[in-house]
Amino acid sequence: MRRISRSEKGTLQIAKEVAQKLTSGWLVLLSGELGAGKTCFVKGLADGLGIKEHVTSPTFTIVNQYQGDVTLFHVDLYRLSCFPEEDISLDEMLKEGIVAVEWWERDKEFFSNYRPRVEVHMKVLDENSREIELKWIE
Amino acid sequence: MIVLGIETSCDDTGVAILKDGQELLTNLLASQTELHSVFGGVVPELAARKHLDTLLPLLDKATKDSGISLREIDCIGVTNRPGLVPSLIVGATFAKGLSFALNKPIVPVNHLEAHAFAIFLERKVNFPFIALVVSGGHTNLFFVEDFGKMQPLGGTLDDAAGEAFDKVAKLLDLGYPGGPVIDRISKKGDPDAVDFPIAKVDGYNFSFSGLKTAVATFVKKNPNVKKEDVAASFQKAVVEALLLKTDLAVKKRSVKTVVVSGGVACNSYLRARFTEHFGSQDIEVLFPSPKLCTDNGAMVAFVASYRYQKGETADLTFDVVSRSLT
Repeated sequence: MRRISRSEKGTLQIAKEVAQKLTSGWLVLLSGELGAGKTCFVKGLADGLGIKEHVTSPTFTIVNQYQGDVTLFHVDLYRLSCFPEEDISLDEMLKEGIVAVEWWERDKEFFSNYRPRVEVHMKVLDENSREIELKWIE
Repeated sequence: MIVLGIETSCDDTGVAILKDGQELLTNLLASQTELHSVFGGVVPELAARKHLDTLLPLLDKATKDSGISLREIDCIGVTNRPGLVPSLIVGATFAKGLSFALNKPIVPVNHLEAHAFAIFLERKVNFPFIALVVSGGHTNLFFVEDFGKMQPLGGTLDDAAGEAFDKVAKLLDLGYPGGPVIDRISKKGDPDAVDFPIAKVDGYNFSFSGLKTAVATFVKKNPNVKKEDVAASFQKAVVEALLLKTDLAVKKRSVKTVVVSGGVACNSYLRARFTEHFGSQDIEVLFPSPKLCTDNGAMVAFVASYRYQKGETADLTFDVVSRSLT
């Protein structure tokens, strides 16, 4: 499914709609170049999951955890070349809540084994517009 | 009073020994910048493993260099928040082991408080002051009233300022780490070449995500633009945003002193701009020297020293926390 977002607000709204379909155990995989709006999308997810806290970039902390109606783990592999399985357990996080991963393509094979998942690819069309492709794999 | 400080909240491992809260006997740092440079900023594993390999040899060297034996240490200070959880766990567990084996008290230290007070290792500062802690992982403003008494005013709503530097350096193909390289090439660029936006955010908060996107869009539209100009204009936009909110805090809280710390406080344009702006208003701006601006064990030992004196030690059950302001 492809959606077009014309603004940051539009991206937040699409993400909020996606959040409605998610339950604990879902993996959200986000891809797209720097500035495409991946973190913005996760802000929308958090909003849709009833999280009141500000979602900030997890680039330095690798994993941020938020509590809403369900737990949301926000993971960013930007600074890593693969998922640090020995230090962080994806299985444990999925048992506890929903996991959203930015730069998951750094370790494509690893994540491709997981279901259910939704792959979110964000393409920059122009300054404000983004094409958001959603692939649901159950 | 001999205090050992341990810092492992992100990539760098820091071990320091501080005497009487002022005399820095040793301040050692094992940085992963080189490792990151080799991989272009992308590494195969978390810093946690590196901390594990580095801590013991670093402690050995610290005791040798300072001539202080482990038995002579009165208290152990360790960063337990905020930061990368697996990295924090390595430092905290190491410190707890030492505390248990040596039967010495332990003080869990807030990394942001440590940055805000690092300046005291070099000089005295009169309270109250505004502290801007700005690095790869943090961008926070505090109103500091006394030792250990600081009120968070605001912070970034998305990316940290240092993260924006790293990502823009990546967009411009300048390599890693982004801060120093942007600082360097900006000297040959025109800061007014591109009018990048300064995000309008409420209160004392910051936002740098939109600026990063603006740079990405601009570079795509103008592939032949001089990188030095883009870097200088971007740097100006970041520094002006930081200055705007710091200035607001200074005026609202009527303070006479500003302390800027954290890795981004090494940026020469930021130092010059802050000094010029506040200097003209008779407000003092202080920056710790670069070695104390970036992550280090000394600042942790300093905070642990005054907290230990106040009796604020913890038992070994304390936890580590990824996000925390106080």
